[in-house]
Amino acid sequence: MPHATAEVAGVRVIPRLDIKGPNLVKGIHLEGLRIVGKPEDFARRYSAEGADELIYVDIVASLYQRNSLLDIVERTASEIFVPLTVGGGIRTTEDVANLLRAGADKVAINTAAIGRPEFISEAARMFGSQCVVLSIEAKRQGPGAWEAYTDNGRERSGRDAIAWARQGVDLGAGEILVTSVDQDGTGRGYDLDLTRAIATQVPVPVIACGGAGGPGDVVEVVRAGKADAVALAKILHYGQADIGSVKRALADAGVEVRA
Amino acid sequence: MEVTTDPGAVARADRLVLPGVGAFQDGMAGLRARGLVEPIVDYVASGRPLLGICLGMQLLMSKGTEFGEAAGLGLVRGKVVTFGADGRPVKGKVPHVGWSRLTPINSWAGSVLADVAPGSSVYFSHSYFPAPEEEGIVLATAAHAGIEFCSFIRRENIQASQFHPDMSGAIGLAITKGFVDQPE
Repeated sequence: MPHATAEVAGVRVIPRLDIKGPNLVKGIHLEGLRIVGKPEDFARRYSAEGADELIYVDIVASLYQRNSLLDIVERTASEIFVPLTVGGGIRTTEDVANLLRAGADKVAINTAAIGRPEFISEAARMFGSQCVVLSIEAKRQGPGAWEAYTDNGRERSGRDAIAWARQGVDLGAGEILVTSVDQDGTGRGYDLDLTRAIATQVPVPVIACGGAGGPGDVVEVVRAGKADAVALAKILHYGQADIGSVKRALADAGVEVRA
Repeated sequence: MEVTTDPGAVARADRLVLPGVGAFQDGMAGLRARGLVEPIVDYVASGRPLLGICLGMQLLMSKGTEFGEAAGLGLVRGKVVTFGADGRPVKGKVPHVGWSRLTPINSWAGSVLADVAPGSSVYFSHSYFPAPEEEGIVLATAAHAGIEFCSFIRRENIQASQFHPDMSGAIGLAITKGFVDQPE
């Protein structure tokens, strides 16, 4: 063969942009938000640096029960041509349709699915599993036990995060975004046990999120945590690392990434 | 450019993109319900350029196997199969979601891939792929879970990609431009 083909798809490096109103924000443990800048500016920069996808989350949407990102999504989709996942406050198949029409490629669903799991099936049947990402915000309860939370880590759901991931896939979710509420914004590394527990128990790709303090943490969550993709926020937003340095670290560790 | 479900618009088009996500049988049912099967077949017979994307590529084939066997548009001979259906071991997760490299099989000259560098990565999101039976129509393959699969075909005025040019960044834009610039 003229070109070597990789055995599996490359690990995706995905900036996660939490958005409040018109602003990109970042907090700790999904709380204590600070304004970082304009999401479109950061999205443009990340795309130019080689981001494999982007995730936008309307961070206050669940509180107000609506997603207010349609305009920002539309502006982003008109100039950025990598997959865009949008989450926050998505409650109906009409919400999904509106976001897809605005230019989103996938939607991330958490709170509404916890309240009514059939929503995952309805969205998957109407728009395809490939566009339904189940977002799980997990808080450690003890060794090997995590509970799924809603409303940006504020409310308990009573659901075991691992069992919920499996159920979500059975209902039609095409990917799982796993955010460790404990690690989020701390820079102390991903929750490797949580990521591995879910990634090895579901057949669909798992995106690890929450806790990256440097490229080394990303390598760890791929190698030890078995993540299929990694989401990054703070270290990118504050310039502690860029997409290139993260991908170089992965490539140096023998992990396939998109050049 | 116009997004349409109108059979008349298909008949009048200079270029036609058949996109699609979801399951094979739902896709065919959708085309039938909107009276689009005959206009698409007629459009292809007229020699105008068609670009199928993802499920839109799969629907061009004679037969699908997702949730049971079902007839496709039959514009390209062959079946749509999933990873491991032919007995090859599956060494990875399905669906295949992410960026994979295109390996040239037959010449890309004159196709929408003409300006794409061999080995470029493009974005995939699928569990099934076409297995064409006709010789020489596979322009590119990609590999996932240890399985090499058909990712681009060209047969006369039909071109189709299993990946998403629409989500494949600068390379996707080059492919889209290549399609707009295709001669009649």
